[in-house]
Amino acid sequence: MNTGAEGFLERYEGLAGRLPGDSAMRAAAADAFRLAGLPGGTQKRRIEAWKYTSLRPVAEAVFRRDSYPRHEAETILAGLSLLDSPRAVFVDGVFRADVSGGLAGGFARFADQPDFGTLSWPDREPMVALNTMLAADGAAFHVHAGHDGGVVQLVSIMAGESDAHPRHSVRLDAGASLTLVEISAGQGAYLLNTVAELHLAPGARLTHIRLQDEAATAFHVSTTYADIGAGAIYDSFTLTLGGRLSRTEVHAHLTGAGATAHLNAAQLLGGSQHADFTSVVGHTAPGCSSRQTVKTVLAGRSRGVFQGKIAVARDAQKTDGYQMNQALLLSPDAEIDSKPELEIFADDVKCSHGATVGALDAEQLFYLRSRGIPDAEARAILVRAFLAEALDAVANETIRGRLETAVAHWWMRQAA
Amino acid sequence: MLDIRGLAASIADKPILNGIDLVVPDGEVHAVMGPNGAGKSTLGYVLSGREDYLVTAGTATFGGADLLAMEPEQRAAAGVFLAFQAPVELPGVNNANFLRTALNAIRRAHGEPELDAVQFLKLARAESKRLSMPEDMLKRNVNVGFSGGEKKRNEVLQMAILRPKLAILDETDSGLDIDALKIVADGVNALRGPAFSALVITHHQRLLDYLVPNRVHVLLNGRIVRSGGPDLARDLEKSGYAELIAEAA
Repeated sequence: MNTGAEGFLERYEGLAGRLPGDSAMRAAAADAFRLAGLPGGTQKRRIEAWKYTSLRPVAEAVFRRDSYPRHEAETILAGLSLLDSPRAVFVDGVFRADVSGGLAGGFARFADQPDFGTLSWPDREPMVALNTMLAADGAAFHVHAGHDGGVVQLVSIMAGESDAHPRHSVRLDAGASLTLVEISAGQGAYLLNTVAELHLAPGARLTHIRLQDEAATAFHVSTTYADIGAGAIYDSFTLTLGGRLSRTEVHAHLTGAGATAHLNAAQLLGGSQHADFTSVVGHTAPGCSSRQTVKTVLAGRSRGVFQGKIAVARDAQKTDGYQMNQALLLSPDAEIDSKPELEIFADDVKCSHGATVGALDAEQLFYLRSRGIPDAEARAILVRAFLAEALDAVANETIRGRLETAVAHWWMRQAA
Repeated sequence: MLDIRGLAASIADKPILNGIDLVVPDGEVHAVMGPNGAGKSTLGYVLSGREDYLVTAGTATFGGADLLAMEPEQRAAAGVFLAFQAPVELPGVNNANFLRTALNAIRRAHGEPELDAVQFLKLARAESKRLSMPEDMLKRNVNVGFSGGEKKRNEVLQMAILRPKLAILDETDSGLDIDALKIVADGVNALRGPAFSALVITHHQRLLDYLVPNRVHVLLNGRIVRSGGPDLARDLEKSGYAELIAEAA
């Protein structure tokens, strides 16, 4: 039976022995992927975690590795208005030193990393299995104890009809800090399937901003595992704008006492886009806190998915967990599926979650228009106001400004 | 300026206005009084273009143009301003940005150059000072966390900045103490001139002591049942609406 896995498995077999790293791990991942197939690739095998998102269109797509029409990566890169900070640029999943720059000693390519795969679960996550099986390149950032790594950009450009499975890792030693800005864009009908493993030692602080601005014909799957040590802070924000079909999945594990995770996100969807934000926050140590505000704006016939699980282990007393999911439907044909989930085994915890779905407020719209603001502009103001609370979580003003510009461009594309 | 003839309107099939005739000439301030449910607020909403009201008969022209055919933003650009009885809160929208966007939209509609942030802030600060408003009201989100009086003053600030030709004040006096009332009245009086008219909707005569109208109209059951000079407001304050209601019955 065709599960969409065959093409990828054939490629893996063709590459056998030539991929870097632990070949036993890759073989195990290939077995897991062979067994699971692409989520939704067949009707028979249903995976609960992929209930609302099917990768059937990925199974039906043909990705070519050799001669395909290529877009100019440099042109796409130039259009990204990157920040004036160091950058690691990957084109079609491969590191390109010629367009990267400013990277200090803490940067390496993934093959050299001994902790590859220590946080990920290829046996549970088919797309992670696919990545583990085929990953050929990726970025590894290491910041030494007590150092501040500053702001670093991790850029993915996809320039053709291919697929890429980059594997990234971040290791922050005790008390180290880093701001990682991940930007993905491209042209064509490609698949980007990224896995990132983030290790935060006690007292470390990682600010992780993601701007997903893929081509409208692209598939984007990103899975992040974060291990957050005692007193460490993982502060993440994901802005999803692009892609035909995308899923951002985050597993944040608070493994040291007093650790903090912020998993904020905003998704702006139009046309027939499908975007899924799935998160699992694992409270395994006591006294940790997690905060999550996810906002989705849906126009056209788009579909949004939010799945948010907070799991509190027996020993994770004094856990403070908060989750809010809000959707703004701009069209009667748009749809949001929201699945909050609390699983609590400790008895002294504070956990709350909420979800709202609504349209633009007619009174607010009339108030703005009665002051002379044209209808389309008034709607844009209200959508931006809806997103403001989520975007305000991005403390760095330069980065927030960059995200606000991306939102403004998205809005202009919708209006056009 | 404003010429209303036989105006009838309903909401959700319920008639509220039942044939209003009202002319407000250039440079005049007219008061509209009447008991609760008479249709006073509806008149303000219909004139400013709120979509849930359906005009079933009559006309309203503004400077000769068909007001009822315009979108709300076109009416604002033409010079109509409604000060809301219950100003709407806009979480996530900065008051100064909101005001500048509105002013520039109207300036654009008139073919005038837009004001940049510096030019606008200078204007907004001067106007808010004149209205004795704390300057931080410009920095806050529109009406969010404002007291009742602050919301009303924020409406008057918007009016002062947008400089309408016709201001419709829907119970802008309600909930204001005497000092705030004077500030609001002063704000309107400052705009008075041959090219400014106002329709002041109120329950009480008190505001009209400071904002002296040229004419007073009494609205009852969606019709104007009596019109007169400023004395009419004082008479009503003494006698109440009971007599008029009995007459109408």
